[in-house]
Amino acid sequence: MAENNRAVLKLKEKFASSIIDVVEFRGEVTVTVKKDSIIDVLMFLKQSLQYNLLTDLTAVDYLGKKEDRFMMVYQLYSIPNKDCVRIKTPVSEVDCSIPTATQVWRTANWLERETYDLFGIIFEKHPDLRRILMTDDWVGHPLRKDYPLQGPDREPYKGRLS
Amino acid sequence: MATTETMTLNMGPQHPSTHGVLRLVLELDGEVIVKVTPHIGYLHRGIEKLSEHRTYHQILPLTDRLDYLAPMSNNLGYILAVEKLMDVQVPERAETIRIIMAELTRLQSHLVWIACHALDIGAMTVFIYAFRERETVMEIYELISGARMTSNFFRVGGLSQDVPDEFVKKVSDFIDVMPGYLDQYEGLLTTNPIWLKRTVGNGFISAEDAIDLGLTGPALRGSGVDWDLRRDNPYGGYEKYQFKVPVGEKCDTFDRYKVRLVEMREACKIVRQGLDRLKPGPVLADYPQVCYPPKENVYNSIEGLIHHFKIASEGFAAPEGEVYQGVEAPKGELGFYIVSDGGNKPQRFRIRPPSFVNLQSIEKMSLGTMIADLVAVIGTLDIVLGEIDR
Repeated sequence: MAENNRAVLKLKEKFASSIIDVVEFRGEVTVTVKKDSIIDVLMFLKQSLQYNLLTDLTAVDYLGKKEDRFMMVYQLYSIPNKDCVRIKTPVSEVDCSIPTATQVWRTANWLERETYDLFGIIFEKHPDLRRILMTDDWVGHPLRKDYPLQGPDREPYKGRLS
Repeated sequence: MATTETMTLNMGPQHPSTHGVLRLVLELDGEVIVKVTPHIGYLHRGIEKLSEHRTYHQILPLTDRLDYLAPMSNNLGYILAVEKLMDVQVPERAETIRIIMAELTRLQSHLVWIACHALDIGAMTVFIYAFRERETVMEIYELISGARMTSNFFRVGGLSQDVPDEFVKKVSDFIDVMPGYLDQYEGLLTTNPIWLKRTVGNGFISAEDAIDLGLTGPALRGSGVDWDLRRDNPYGGYEKYQFKVPVGEKCDTFDRYKVRLVEMREACKIVRQGLDRLKPGPVLADYPQVCYPPKENVYNSIEGLIHHFKIASEGFAAPEGEVYQGVEAPKGELGFYIVSDGGNKPQRFRIRPPSFVNLQSIEKMSLGTMIADLVAVIGTLDIVLGEIDR
């Protein structure tokens, strides 16, 4: 259960005021923390609890569904302990930025570039924040929900008309 | 007084050893690499965006087109994620066939890897041999799914159809002869002085750096980290199979080569165990809200036809929640992260591609070496651009 997860226990001890929510769904534990303590939480998980492999870093766009539009998602594995945990943190549209995790894991570099490219979230103090999948002169961030599927200059797809 | 300056060289996107449309901008001091800047995205098709506009069954064909050298591994990762989200139990026969196919896919992908890697370094014979064996796997693909590459064979809840009778014999014959072929490749490479000169010590990356840079799969194990999702976080029935996880010591291209060769031998053993487990039975879960009906019902009854139409057009609504499923694809950890808002399409569909993350360590592996060594590093990383760019 989520309450007995070792990461949740320790995080509740150390970062009690930063934890927004703890959820378990299909055996996966998700901890949502406040944005200003995200780097401290990640650093603590890596150094004290041996969550040493950052598998994935991405964002979710909840346009019109949640108060804070974006949610950053970090998937962590602990190779020595063979378990995993997911950390999330909300990012609002007005202040669309978050401190970079490259200081914790170097692998965050490209993953954050991709998140910047496709969602437009700015990573503060990122060493090389450029677009990675789209071309350098691209306008807009394609994975945002208000970005049309077929691009901005085309009629939206209405399904097969035959 | 004479001064020296570095030279910038553009490598790719059309280049025989970049395995697709990878472009590297190199800064060279003579022939020594001072800086590598990869440029990717030439093959970006927006699969994540497209998937957010499709029902769960309609996403499956898109996953074939990620790592097109290992379509069934991608299919497996995706349907396991959806099955986790929907809490579907899969019949045993379907589970076994999936594992057999996933391991044949690993063999197939590694065969292409050894072929291209050796060709890049200059050993052309291996290329021809490995493609001969790959052809047999392609024939098995064609036998069961009708397609050689974009198989689209698995379904949420099982398989699209049962395998034909000759499947067992064909697979069995193949894995009987495969270890002999592997000996043949090893005879051509493992003690070959040119191969050793090109690979031993090349592309060094320590275990610490490998974890820090997020390497997974054979590239991580080549650096001595004993981590395999099939064993350490089992999925899809792998906990019932016995296999060894090979680990390297010297963290170089040669050790990654050895790790992959042992993995191919282990894959043969897993396929053999799978064939021994294979018993007659259903191949699709009895869960009509989510799964397609069996084909006999679709062709012979109006209820079956309506059911099929409803599942194909409208799909099914997934409960609100989020799941992440990582599988040990041939190239590393392939993860699917699905966020559902309760509708019949995902709110967010994220693919964690192993090649994308692995490619990031190219700079670490190749700084201070010669251009020719960079070619070996690209080979040993075993990247596929379809997956990197999505």
